[in-house]
Amino acid sequence: MGDYTVMKIGIVVFPGSNCDRDTYESLTQQLGAQAIYLWHKNHDLQDCEAIILPGGFSYGDYLRCGAIAHLAPIMQEVISFAKKGGPVLGICNGFQILTESQLLPGVLLPNAELKFICDQIWVRIENDQTPFTKQIKQGSTLKMPIAHRDGNYFIQAEELKRIEGEGQVVFRYCNQEGQSSEKDNPNGSLNQIAGVCNIKRNVVGLMPHPERACEKLLGSDEGKQLFESLLG
Amino acid sequence: MKAKVTVRLKSGVLDPQGRAVQHAAESLGLQGIQEIRLGKVFDIELETTDETEIEKILETLATKILANPVMENYEWEIIQS
Repeated sequence: MGDYTVMKIGIVVFPGSNCDRDTYESLTQQLGAQAIYLWHKNHDLQDCEAIILPGGFSYGDYLRCGAIAHLAPIMQEVISFAKKGGPVLGICNGFQILTESQLLPGVLLPNAELKFICDQIWVRIENDQTPFTKQIKQGSTLKMPIAHRDGNYFIQAEELKRIEGEGQVVFRYCNQEGQSSEKDNPNGSLNQIAGVCNIKRNVVGLMPHPERACEKLLGSDEGKQLFESLLG
Repeated sequence: MKAKVTVRLKSGVLDPQGRAVQHAAESLGLQGIQEIRLGKVFDIELETTDETEIEKILETLATKILANPVMENYEWEIIQS
């Protein structure tokens, strides 16, 4: 294990974020990393070298999930940080905010069965060239929980073809053995997509919760690998 | 001045909520409904009466907040009060 205190990670807190604390505790306690909270109304990223948009229900999911949050003052800074190549991870609601900000392609629609799904799932790593997957072998699987009502990844057909061709699909729902089929698709996402990145690979979003899978006691510690990739 | 912005899901975008409403209509015994799709309507009141300015406001509002172009189309109209 390397020295994980070298990088300062900023966790953005919106009204309605509810995984900010989980993310903070996992980073600081389970990985020994340095993390701070960034309030949505501020414009200062406080020299953070990586930004995480946590899960939750920012602004009560009003209008569309993530739609109001993407106009928060801090997002202007996050967007310019991302455009300069800074690593940004969006988890669940954070992923929705990144698509609304157009930092990531596509959009998250209501789950096909219209139910809130809270479950343990497996994802397969499809791209190990991002800051959050660079230490995870492509094709390997991670067990993580999902907890969302709007995780149904959608993108227009020609754009879907483009992001698949560019290797922008980073996580795909699969079974325990790593085979991905419609059977293992919890929410109706196109091509079983659980997470994507931008063309430059520095912005990543996913619906599963790696921060809730950082201790064996909680069912899995495999989510830790995303943060170890970032810090390693 | 008043205005109305209507936001609709693009065709081809799955609308499970619309489908659920359609099933409910069927269980009411209503026949012959081919499809129901959900959209949103925004009623807006504006201080200005200058139509060029209103058009500018509505266009920005629709593209930046009210609709997500990946999945939705929008249209707006100015309602003379």
